Parts: sequence; structure tokens; C-alpha cells
Amino acid sequence: MSKNKVLLTDPLDDNNPITVQVLGICSALAITVQLKAAIVMSLSVVAVMAASNVTISILRDLIPNRIRIIVQLVVVASMVVLVDQVLRAYAYDVSKELSIFIGLIITNCIVMGRLEAFALGNGVWRSFLDGVGNAFGYAWILILVAFFRELFGSGKLLGIQVIPDFIYEMGYVDNGLMLLSPMALITVGLIIWVQRSRNRKLIEQG
Amino acid sequence: MNRDSNVYTFTFAALMVFVVASVLAFTSFSLKDLQNENVRKEKMQNILSTVGIQTDREGAEKLFDQYIKEQLAVQSDGSIDNSVNVFKEVKLALELKKSPDSQDFPLYVAEIDSEKFYIIPIRGNGLWNAIFGYISLKEDLNTIKGVVFDHVGETAGLGAEITQDWFIERFIDEKLFDANRNLMGITVSKTNNDPSNLDKTDHEVDAISGATITGDGVTDMIKERITHYVPYFEFIKSTNSIAAMSGNNLNLN
Repeated sequence: MSKNKVLLTDPLDDNNPITVQVLGICSALAITVQLKAAIVMSLSVVAVMAASNVTISILRDLIPNRIRIIVQLVVVASMVVLVDQVLRAYAYDVSKELSIFIGLIITNCIVMGRLEAFALGNGVWRSFLDGVGNAFGYAWILILVAFFRELFGSGKLLGIQVIPDFIYEMGYVDNGLMLLSPMALITVGLIIWVQRSRNRKLIEQG
Repeated sequence: MNRDSNVYTFTFAALMVFVVASVLAFTSFSLKDLQNENVRKEKMQNILSTVGIQTDREGAEKLFDQYIKEQLAVQSDGSIDNSVNVFKEVKLALELKKSPDSQDFPLYVAEIDSEKFYIIPIRGNGLWNAIFGYISLKEDLNTIKGVVFDHVGETAGLGAEITQDWFIERFIDEKLFDANRNLMGITVSKTNNDPSNLDKTDHEVDAISGATITGDGVTDMIKERITHYVPYFEFIKSTNSIAAMSGNNLNLN
């Protein structure tokens, strides 16, 4: 059991997909301007990763080795399209909120990475845990970055103003740079810095 | 079974494509009606919100029937084509591909507390993809009652902010025409001298930082769309003034 638990906890810190493996950076830069979008994106990634990891794990003894990447891509893409279609019919407002992001999940390197590295060689339950664990590892970094970007970029959290008016009156100005992609990269860099200084396992020898 | 043989690989690929295509086609087909219904009601919601009526999707249809009195297909010469069911048949995305002479220009006329509002659908290009919305005019066919914008894929936090209340509120009471009845449109301006938007006759609203191209798109689509309605507006104005004059005559008699 503890071996299975590691599958969930490892990607949160020691083997975080974003800060350690540096996967899925593209979407971490693109959709962290607002906290809300980051949260919805995270939830969708959890759903898609769990589902596609399970599917590939079930099919792992049937998939021809030479076209396995194509098979993975087809599975992920159809999961994403399915999620999108169902949302559009039953949760139209959420689907509008997500707009292009849901399509972007297909290009998320973490999804393909976990399919290739884990689901192809492991059982269904373990693959499910691995998918969920990695998705959460991705999610909390995404949400953390979005928290700082929305707070300092717009003075808001989840669209609600949190920096009180009197601070603006004293001359404080929102930092417009926080809304642009470069600051997402710098924020991720700062998180990696903090993480490495706290986590001894991540310090390279040499 | 040899998983590396060509026959196996081809068979697997063919089966996979067949299964995936069937599942996706089935899902898309069975959810189509629900999805279209959502889009249709959202359109009603948007049209209503420009004249200040906020409603959830479920209540949209009833209020739409209650307040929207006319749905007109305006032609480029200012006449009306009565054979067109505007709400159902006119898709602005397709109309924009035609030459202006052969387009139908949809116009919705709302009547609230015996006040008339003219609602015009607009559509243009943002940075990444289409932007669209509705703009409603008061009875003088000049003052903006309200607008609503939406987009396909503008950047979250930047261009996508055009949908926000604080942005669309800037358009309220702005004037489209100058004193000589020339169409000025509304410019989303980065060099606005009136950021708190007190001057409602400057034909300008303050832009959003970091969303220059989307803002220019809003400017362009408003002016481009309204241009085509000018002949019809002139027609309404002339009939209104004739009606007013004959009303005066009646009073004199």
C-alpha cells in the first residue's frame, strides 16, 4: 500500500511534473493569469489524465509497439473531445469558461509523458493513482502561480478585488508585467528555487 | 500473437480508428440538440442583456418573446426583407463572408415600458479569433443603451476582459454619430484624454492594457457593422419626423 501511496505523493514534491521534470510548462505559462481558469484547467487535467492512464493501462498488452505514441495521442485526444462535448451539453457555462484550454490539454506533455513512462508498463489501479498524482502535482503549481499572478497583476483573487482601495490611493499600482507570460516563467523559477532550497533530494551533486 | 507484425499493427490501427470515430460521432450526434439549445438561449440572453434585462438561460425564451417586438432583416439599401427569419436563419459569421450588397443585416427591436431600443449584432476579428456581440441603441439611433461582447479565443486576463462588466459599462450613453450625423463609431483608445469616461460625446472609451489588438477589433467591428444600418436609420428618422409633423398638424386642426 505504501508503494501505491508514493504514486500519489511523489509527484507533489520530489518528482513534480512542472518544477522537477519541467513538463507541461506551456500551459502553466499560458493560463495562469487568473486563478479561476487555472482551477478549472487543473480539474479537467485530473479527469483526462486519470481516464487516459486507465485506458492505456487496460490496452497495454494489445497496443503494437511501433504505433504506441499514435495510440496514446488518439486516446488523449478523444477523451478531451468527449469531455468538451459533454460539458457543452450539460455544463455550458463551465465549457465557455474553459474555451480553448480544454483543447490544449491534448498538447500537455505530462499526459503523454505519464502514458509513455508509466501506464504502458503498469496495472490499472496503479496507473490511475499515478495519473491522479501527477495531475495534482501539476495542479497545485498551476494554482500557486495563478494566485501570485492574479494577486499582483490585477489585485484580485477569483475575480474579486482583494487589495483594498486605500492602498491604491496611497499610490500602489498593479504590476501589468505579472499578466504577461514572462512573469509566469519567473514565478515558476522562484517556486523551483524555494523547493530546491527546502528539499535536499533535489540538490545535484557536483 | 506477434505484436510487431505489420498485419497486427494495421488491424489494430484500423479497429482503433473505427471505434474512436464511432464513439465520437455518436456522442456528438446525441448531444447536438442540447448543445444547440444552449447556444440559442445564450443568444437570447445576450440580446436581452444589452437592453438591461438580465436573465438565466431558462427564463430567456419567455422574456425574449415578451420584449423583442420585431426581428428585421435590413438590406444594404435600407429596405427590409420580410421573407427572412432573422433569429434562426441569419448567421453573422456566414453573412460577413458575402459582399455587403447581398448580406442580411439583422436588427432586433425591443420595446420596454413603451420605449424602443434597436439591437444590432456585431462581429469582427480580435487577436486570435472572432469577437462578436450586440449593441443596443436608444430611440434617437445614436446613444448606446448597452453592449455585450464575447469572443472565441482571446487571451484570458487581457483580450478576454472585453466581456467584463467594467469594460462594457464604458460604452453606455456614448454616441455613435457626431453633431453632423457622420458615423464616428466608438474608438477603444489607448490615448484617451477622458479615462474616467465623463465625456459621452468623444466617441472614445478607455482601452485595456495589453489588449491592443482586441480593442482595435472592437473599434473596427462596431464601425463596420453600424455603417450598413445607416440607410435604414435615415429611413426611420424621416418616417418619424413625418409622423411627428402630421401629429402636429392634427393638433393644429
